[in-house]
Amino acid sequence: MSELSENAKQTIAEHLPRYPNKQAVTLPALHVVQQEKGCVSNKAMKEIAEILELSPAQILDTATFYGFFRTEENPLGQKRIWVCRSISCMLRGGEELLAALCEKYGISPGETTPDGKLTLELAECLGACDGAPCVLVEDELHLRCSVEDVERLANEPVQK
Amino acid sequence: MRSEVSRTEFKPVLLGRVGKPDSQTLATYRADGGYEGLAKALKMTNTEVIDVVKNSGLRGRGGAGFPTGLKWTFLPKDINGPVYLCVNGDESEPGTFNNRVLIEEDPHQILEGIVISSFATRTTTAYFYLRYEYGRCYRVLKKAIDEMYANNLLGKNILGSGYDLDIYLHRGACAYICGEETGLIESLEGKRAWPRIKPPFPAIEGAFRRPTVVNNVETMACIPHILKNGPEWFQSMGIPKDPNNPRDAGSYGPKLYCVSGHVNKPGLVELPMGVTARELIDKHAGGVWKGRTAKAVIPGGLSMGFMTNAELDTPLDFNGPGRVGCLGLGTAAVVVIDDQTSMVDVLYNSCRFYAHESCGQCTPCREGTAWSTKILERIRQGKGKLSDIDLLLEIANSIGVMPGTTICGLADGAAWPIKTAIAKYRGEFEAYIKSGRKSESAALAHAH
Repeated sequence: MSELSENAKQTIAEHLPRYPNKQAVTLPALHVVQQEKGCVSNKAMKEIAEILELSPAQILDTATFYGFFRTEENPLGQKRIWVCRSISCMLRGGEELLAALCEKYGISPGETTPDGKLTLELAECLGACDGAPCVLVEDELHLRCSVEDVERLANEPVQK
Repeated sequence: MRSEVSRTEFKPVLLGRVGKPDSQTLATYRADGGYEGLAKALKMTNTEVIDVVKNSGLRGRGGAGFPTGLKWTFLPKDINGPVYLCVNGDESEPGTFNNRVLIEEDPHQILEGIVISSFATRTTTAYFYLRYEYGRCYRVLKKAIDEMYANNLLGKNILGSGYDLDIYLHRGACAYICGEETGLIESLEGKRAWPRIKPPFPAIEGAFRRPTVVNNVETMACIPHILKNGPEWFQSMGIPKDPNNPRDAGSYGPKLYCVSGHVNKPGLVELPMGVTARELIDKHAGGVWKGRTAKAVIPGGLSMGFMTNAELDTPLDFNGPGRVGCLGLGTAAVVVIDDQTSMVDVLYNSCRFYAHESCGQCTPCREGTAWSTKILERIRQGKGKLSDIDLLLEIANSIGVMPGTTICGLADGAAWPIKTAIAKYRGEFEAYIKSGRKSESAALAHAH
């Protein structure tokens, strides 16, 4: 059975005509797979490589360069929340926010809660310094966040 | 020098439509005169458009400040086959958020700039590389691009001119190095974002080994206004060329200043190029918070290093920050650090950022950023030695493009905060080490 969903295959196919070569579809392919499965498994990488006419090692190389993609040994929880720790957020409590959340959920940055609901990440500058400290929930920025704000965001139903 | 008066008369250009109802839609953009610059450009030849941009004195807003029109002329004259335009929307320099606001609030302004720039450079495919974290921007742009295709502003025969263009959005994956233009190109091509050795520069061999122009989002937003209002209008704002310095290209036009950190009103401020840091903080950002004073100010994103309180009357144009030992204007992201903050903690935060974001390709950068972080970690644990200060300086002086040891400028960005912090706050570092104190935020161990 194919590891890639029909939607993933279709997304890859839609991207192919946009670029002069197939390798350029690597990031879009990795994105759609991780979005659906919470990680990019070895089997998925092999299948992406087949479609893009690359070796699986080339996909692995790119996937692991970006801290964003997760391998099958280390999948994401249902929701991924990033807390910014770079300078503007650090000056306005970003580190304290991250520390409080780690304590509250009993996990370190990069880890997932035992119930699989939440993955907490530390982020470098999220580009929302006017709203420091800021967090990113999936790909949506939230400005001026307190611990309570993040807890509320963590408890909202997951939309995927 | 410009007079104070004209700065108070200044009406926002790039942020002119921010806050208006439905500012993201094509209908409101057109009602406000949008795409008039494009219509004008399409009636000119592509070299005439390049000349207009060249004559305006527009310099790239992404950090390096390279003259935009001149960059376009580096493309080979006789090109067979495709030319690419890559729009650098990987905004990740700590303190910087102007691209985010521009895209979220007024996407068509940028897209019009992209179409004009593509026409000028004879590009028929443009890639908009957008950092992944800007999900809202992605959705706003997607909608705006769909509107353009539906209204003959993209695709075949744009506005009946015979010119064809496609714009594709390409999402990044959370890596600072993708903001370096050749790192961006590698990432676009589906590879790890390792910057390329230059030359060849992208204009000769860029994306997919074809001639390529890489331009910043704010630069693109300036283009429609230049076409519509003319180069003289653009040159009426900012700081003119220094007549005694033939190499100075001047600092013209409006500029977005991102103000963040310890101020009462953090936010985005648009002013003619050349406002002083002090005026920006006191008049436009509500002053330093909690009635405190500024100990240090970053003039243009973390990589530029630090200005002291005594240096705050420096104009933030392309030349000002360099005169007080900073790397340059950078992204014009002003980060204010109050007098209660330890510069040791600030510098640690800086070093850790570059160690985290170094792509690992060049040994001096990979090792230098990691070791500077470890030395500061040691100092923060109360185990520092006075000789650590010179060791940090030695690292800072030996990594980067300027000492000639790395491929890209990331390491220079890592070095400048170290150099300026130690040059300007050495006493504070010495006192910290001698006291054997431990940083309060060292308790937040797992936050690092």
